[in-house]
Amino acid sequence: MSTPAASHSLVGHIPDLRRYARSLTGDAWAADDLVQDTLERACDRWQLWSAGSDLRAWLFTLMHNLFVDGARRAMRQAGQRVDLDDVINDLPAPAESPEQTLDLQRCLLRLPPDQREVLLLVTLQDLRYEDVARITGVPIGTVMSRLSRARSRLRDLMEGGAPAAAARSPALRRLK
Amino acid sequence: MKDSTFPMSEDPELHAYVDGRLDPLQHAAVEARLAADAALARQIHAWKAQRLALRELHAEVLEQPVPAHLLQAAQLLDRRSSRFSQWSRWGGMAASIALAFVLGWAGNMQWQERAVTVATGARATGQFVRQAAMAYAVYVPEVRHPVEVEAAQQQHLVQWLSKRLDRPLKLPTLTPSGYELVGGRLLPGDSGARAQFMYQNANGERITLYVGAVDGAAGKGMGETAFRFANEGGVASFYWVENGFGYAITGKLPRPAMLVLAEAVYRQI
Repeated sequence: MSTPAASHSLVGHIPDLRRYARSLTGDAWAADDLVQDTLERACDRWQLWSAGSDLRAWLFTLMHNLFVDGARRAMRQAGQRVDLDDVINDLPAPAESPEQTLDLQRCLLRLPPDQREVLLLVTLQDLRYEDVARITGVPIGTVMSRLSRARSRLRDLMEGGAPAAAARSPALRRLK
Repeated sequence: MKDSTFPMSEDPELHAYVDGRLDPLQHAAVEARLAADAALARQIHAWKAQRLALRELHAEVLEQPVPAHLLQAAQLLDRRSSRFSQWSRWGGMAASIALAFVLGWAGNMQWQERAVTVATGARATGQFVRQAAMAYAVYVPEVRHPVEVEAAQQQHLVQWLSKRLDRPLKLPTLTPSGYELVGGRLLPGDSGARAQFMYQNANGERITLYVGAVDGAAGKGMGETAFRFANEGGVASFYWVENGFGYAITGKLPRPAMLVLAEAVYRQI
């Protein structure tokens, strides 16, 4: 997107942002709050967006930062000090979805947030691995390893084999 | 062998295969690997199925109309980031924006205000009540979507708008005057979010309460004002500012009836 018209397509990105946020949070209200926060932050910082660069990637970067901030805040409020990777429990199940969607969404929510993000950016948004690395601010090797763990873990969760997943993922980090 | 540098599942080539990002030659090479390794093939096919399922996840959201407050936030950014506005690109939305501007302009031209002191900051409060009347004119006739969040979800409504306006809001009850809450919506203001609450009586007549920070009011000795009245084309508003926060109650009612409602709101807030 290198045309001046890119700045006008912001509205066109909203459905994408909403869907991504919905899949990420599993909750329609939380998702729209996240989109709203993203748009407001974009509003505050649009001078920092270099015209001609990829507006979509920039918006997803803002949303990523807000999502991570929110996840950290939620953990602090819960009085826990844990690695992002370890936070998988007690996330709300989505309401009013067909059963299969419900399962998929519920299992997604049991992935650590950083793995869930990478998986959704790669599949749902079909973003290039390099773009995902830029958006999430990690090296591409980390993107690939998160993607790999997300795919394996989600598969196990969908097949009801969560304990097996843990047993087969000795690479899980613990930074305590 | 790739397997010596990556754990099998982190092999970028396999992910690129699942995500359909390989050229035909690389694609064929992976297919050959899969043909020779049944366990790997099972894993990769499961990943492909998973990708397809994820691609369908919440696809219905893409078809839903974008909530007005999100559209407005995006429009605000577009107005800021662009000196020239290419409304035509936005198709049908252009019409509603144009309408809002025409209403605002007409409001500017015809507005009669009484009892406005010629003080610094009066412009901001004048602007505030014009925006309240404009929001009234745009949303009160709306039949299908007069509000974003309905009164049935009152608790969520209050929490949501309090968060957006960055101050705890209280929803006044106007039931003694015969008005029940319909719901509310978020709107853009000069320097931040504004909220509009809509009430309706048994005859289907609607009034709105419009609230939000008044730009510059707090800093220019306009932190507090008395009740003021404005009337334009039969749309009447009582409005006031308290602690830099503006309130406007707007409706198509005679002045005494509006005053009763305004006092009821003032007492409860």
